[in-house]
Amino acid sequence: MATVAEPIELVKNRIEEVDPASAQREVESDGALLIDVREPHEWDEAHVAGAKLVPLATVAERITELAPDRAQRVLLFCRVGNRSARAADSLRGELGYENAASVAGGIEAWRSAGLQVIEAEGLTPEQRMRYSRHTLLPEVGIDGQLKLLDSKVLLIGAGGLGAPSAFYLAAAGVGTLGLVDDDVVDESNLQRQVIHNTERVGMPKTESARLSIQALNPDVKVVEHPTRLGPDNILEIIDQYDILVDGADNFPTRYLLNDAAVRLRKPVVSASILAFDGQVSTFVPYEGPCYRCLYPVPPPPEMAPSCGAAGVLGVMAGVMGLLQANEVIKLAAGLGEPLVGRLLLYDSLGTRFTELKVKRDPDCPICGAAAAEIPESEMGKFPDYEAFCAGVPVGA
Amino acid sequence: MSVTVKIPAQLRSVTDGEGEIEVDGATVGEALDAVFNQHDDLRERITEDGGLRRFVNVYVSGEDIRFQDGLGTQLQDGDEVTILPAVAGG
Repeated sequence: MATVAEPIELVKNRIEEVDPASAQREVESDGALLIDVREPHEWDEAHVAGAKLVPLATVAERITELAPDRAQRVLLFCRVGNRSARAADSLRGELGYENAASVAGGIEAWRSAGLQVIEAEGLTPEQRMRYSRHTLLPEVGIDGQLKLLDSKVLLIGAGGLGAPSAFYLAAAGVGTLGLVDDDVVDESNLQRQVIHNTERVGMPKTESARLSIQALNPDVKVVEHPTRLGPDNILEIIDQYDILVDGADNFPTRYLLNDAAVRLRKPVVSASILAFDGQVSTFVPYEGPCYRCLYPVPPPPEMAPSCGAAGVLGVMAGVMGLLQANEVIKLAAGLGEPLVGRLLLYDSLGTRFTELKVKRDPDCPICGAAAAEIPESEMGKFPDYEAFCAGVPVGA
Repeated sequence: MSVTVKIPAQLRSVTDGEGEIEVDGATVGEALDAVFNQHDDLRERITEDGGLRRFVNVYVSGEDIRFQDGLGTQLQDGDEVTILPAVAGG
């Protein structure tokens, strides 16, 4: 009795294998039954016209219905010819289909032989190869990859958080990546900002990031915003994007971004880092809390040291940036459970993650019950965030 | 109740570098007072007029005390009390 554990070579010695060209001839001229024993998500990616999809685990159960005559010529194939060899072995040995055979090399050989393969729509052959490790995941599939390619993501800050997340989002095939940063690459950035490099010291960060992204993945359209977000430009900039990634290095930008994102109902994946510790959460306006529900007011300057003043472990910044990228991918492709209403803390010295619950604050001035919809005339008007974050009350 | 109070990086300068402090207390207020007795400078950093300053969040076993009984929130033996200010670093 054949078992799954038996070496594939032994199985192949017992069965008949045919090459793809012969298989196609037999199907077209002699009425051979062609069975694809792969899984549905593999079929979705590419399949052979005229083949019937019968996943390996269901072959024994369905074969009598598909081929009532046990003398029927049955040709089985899979991706590279191993699963189909076992299926052919089982059909011959256990079920009496003496004319069952496996197509050597599977659909990969079928394609290499120049025979017709119906490819999934929407991805080019290069994209099918590039994103194959994504599309092999049933949860992502072709559809999920197409959603990523369609998505527009804005990174606020191309620094400790933005550099790693931009790199991985580009690799993942996020179609449009906007980068907001008005800084230039400094030598002290290179300990963590891996999208930049030594030769680019002095170059604007958005330009340096664009060069790295284009070298990694030409599918990605990079939009540079070499400016600082302010009340005058923020709505216009963020309105062009689906998902915002907050990797800003200052409180005025973080509060401004939150308030503008709530107005335009854009999700913000927010992280911050200091020393060995990081925080990350996803703020989806009106579905969960916003940044102000979590932190109604910023700390005073003496309690808010920057990474420039206090230092930061570069690898920890990378971990947090990639957690943000992971959240973005989930939001863009509609996967999993986003970090909405949850704040994840990472303590890199203890290697501990702590999850805290974040509730919508009914008294939140931005998204709470009393916060009225912003009238059109007020759109684009924001308080002086520099003053607010320096401890002066809003409106003072 | 014996509980662990977790101190964030930006406040460890006033706790002699300690990130976790074991204290006794039946409420969050009592536990924080016990920490302040060891590290007096921390009191002024995160409280004013006997209450928490607005920019400081305190969580007990993952839940924000702002949405419970504030400093009067009861503690269970073994609870973690996390002090968390906003961080802007990116």
